[in-house]
Amino acid sequence: MEFWFSEHHSKDVKFSIRVDKQLFSGQSDFQRIDVFESPEFGRFLTLDGYMMLTEKDEFIYHEMIVHPAMAVHPNVRNVLVIGAGDGGVIRELVRYPEIETIDMVEIDPMVVEVCREFLPKTTCGLDDPRVHIYYEDGLKFIRRKTDCYDLIIVDSTDPFGPGEGLFTREFYGNCSKALRSDGIMVNQHESPFYDEDAVACQRAHKRIVESFPISKVYQAHIPTYPSGHWLFGFASKKYHPLRDLNEKRWNDRGLHCWYYTTTLHKGAFYIPAYVEELLKHVEAAD
Amino acid sequence: MKEVSGTLRQDRAPIYEALEEFKKMRVVPFDVPGHKRGRGNPELTALLGEKCVTMDVNSMKPLDNLCHPISVIREAEELAAEAFGAAHAFLMVGGTTSAVQSMVLSVAKRGDKIILPRNVHRSVMGAMVLCGAIPVYVNPQCDDRLGIPLGMTVAEVERAILQNPDAKAVLVNNPTYYGICSDLRSIVKLAHQHGMLCLADEAHGTHFYFGEHLPVSAMAAGADMAAVSMHKSGGSLTQSSLLLAGPAMQEGHVRQIINLTQTTSGSYLLLSSLDISRRNLALRGREAFGKVVELAEYAREEINAIGGYYAFSRELINGDSIFDFDVTKLSVNTLDVGLAGIEVYDLLRDEYDIQIEFGDLGNILAYLSIGDRPREVERLVSALSEVRRRFGKSRAGLMRQEYIDPEVAVSPQDAFYARKESLPIANTAGRVCSEFVMCYPPGIPILAPGERITKEILDYIRYAKAKGCSMTGPEDPDIRRLNVLKEGE
Repeated sequence: MEFWFSEHHSKDVKFSIRVDKQLFSGQSDFQRIDVFESPEFGRFLTLDGYMMLTEKDEFIYHEMIVHPAMAVHPNVRNVLVIGAGDGGVIRELVRYPEIETIDMVEIDPMVVEVCREFLPKTTCGLDDPRVHIYYEDGLKFIRRKTDCYDLIIVDSTDPFGPGEGLFTREFYGNCSKALRSDGIMVNQHESPFYDEDAVACQRAHKRIVESFPISKVYQAHIPTYPSGHWLFGFASKKYHPLRDLNEKRWNDRGLHCWYYTTTLHKGAFYIPAYVEELLKHVEAAD
Repeated sequence: MKEVSGTLRQDRAPIYEALEEFKKMRVVPFDVPGHKRGRGNPELTALLGEKCVTMDVNSMKPLDNLCHPISVIREAEELAAEAFGAAHAFLMVGGTTSAVQSMVLSVAKRGDKIILPRNVHRSVMGAMVLCGAIPVYVNPQCDDRLGIPLGMTVAEVERAILQNPDAKAVLVNNPTYYGICSDLRSIVKLAHQHGMLCLADEAHGTHFYFGEHLPVSAMAAGADMAAVSMHKSGGSLTQSSLLLAGPAMQEGHVRQIINLTQTTSGSYLLLSSLDISRRNLALRGREAFGKVVELAEYAREEINAIGGYYAFSRELINGDSIFDFDVTKLSVNTLDVGLAGIEVYDLLRDEYDIQIEFGDLGNILAYLSIGDRPREVERLVSALSEVRRRFGKSRAGLMRQEYIDPEVAVSPQDAFYARKESLPIANTAGRVCSEFVMCYPPGIPILAPGERITKEILDYIRYAKAKGCSMTGPEDPDIRRLNVLKEGE
């Protein structure tokens, strides 16, 4: 029996993973949710047919969306996480004892339910007492918040579908308003490689640049995402991701990671020439 | 209410079904349109899709003829009449402008008077230019805080009727662009008591026929004709519309009037969209508009929570000039944010990629319909909140939009065709205008042909231009000059 999960990475490129069995399939109010078991990647979650995470490579994404900002900001107490229903971001955040509260805003309760059942490796931090889960639209939640977070992590789906509102100027503007004067926003920033993704990436960058004085992009290698080359945005009101990196402080914590190191942190902000070009193009447009 | 012949029910869509049937026949086209199912215009086919261009066909026996419907178009019209509670329904393909014009032309000829509010759509004035009817304006009350024209009070309509007992009809906006309704039932009764017809411009009221707890529709109120923009809240394609008639109107006469100006090549894309939309509204309209109302109520609550903005609603109802309010309309007053509506309208588009229906001097209108989802509403509300945070100012310095009582010096038709001269706009005070001046949208005339130009009107035009309102109508697109009637003739 040949049983494969396939996802189009572009109109003419297809990425496939051999599947052992399907563990869950359901339709929530927002999207179709599926969980598969595969020989190579372990269990993996898809939303509307798009790969969200696999057990094998999720550590790369989750470490890279959390630790760089934590190694820069000296005193993160209150964190807002938008999306992140799979719990991976929370798992990395609860490793920091100085964090006092983590507000997680996920639009789709079914994603959390399904992940709790089938992906315990990522949801293990969700029951930490510092975590408060709000099931509502991230755009709506943040409208009411002013000057109250040190770090906002935007762990969104792609900008086509329920996650679209999290790639807009009104959202980034509201994030800026919700952050304290030294706050940092980190966002899932799409891939620069295939044309359609590159456009989304450019648009997101343009809108972040318009809303934050410091706006940098860093990269990671994530095998199951389109092209494998993935970007994150580091937007900040005060701290620079490299100049304000405190390697010693972070390394003294003794946190063990599989992908992130403070050395890699520095390298991650050195992006390929064509990506620099892509981003410079929209920065110059202002 | 029209009884539908035979076994036709609202779940049928005769034009759509005939098109499907026709496609299966694989008829060889040696008739127009010349693109021949798109083969002759591959780029157009690529843009619109093959399915779409194969449905762009000509009138023929199996598909009926819009000018003289006897089969499937007739059935579609009967079903529409039943769904809207009308005696007759006419499918229109020239926009609601053509429906409004046919409505006016059906009841008035040269020299006849029509009683109407000043905030009518330009299409009404256009019809008067065409037929030579004379407008008798009723001052729509104005809300001082919001700066918007309201409905007509029953007393003002009665006064106009008593002063003009020879008028042929009363025309009512049901509702206005902003969602405000006059007391249509009482106005219909009053008009009928004095032997006049009552016409309704329902360009913004299609959903009244299907939603729950919405203002009364023209047909339910007993009006004689109504122009209904199916393509607005009804969901059909742009430019498709309905003209409804009550039992007092002669179907044949109205059809003759329509055929004076309507195309003889009615688009089957538009006709089938009317047919399918009518079916959809009849079967699912109540539920769909229930959701629109819910979404609009939610948006109002959230917008009012931002501060500064005032998303107004039923609390305005005063039993007369605001007899009822269409809660699906998301009209928002922006003056307390320190921005003109048109400025917020521009910021939403330029900064946030959000296109709303219109902005005037003090308000914006976001059009909600059966196609909206909560996530887009969240974007709109968040963007409004950001506009206030980033661009908000103090309220001072914004001009109120005030009703300027027009002086009709000559009939619109006489003025339109009279000998005229072009003058710099600053020199036109006191002269009689021969053309339209409008802020668009909402397309309500500031000046219409035959009206005396005053200093207040010129101040208003200058201010609206400075605020970035798009002004249309005059021959000179920049409105530096206006055409006025030559004096002494």
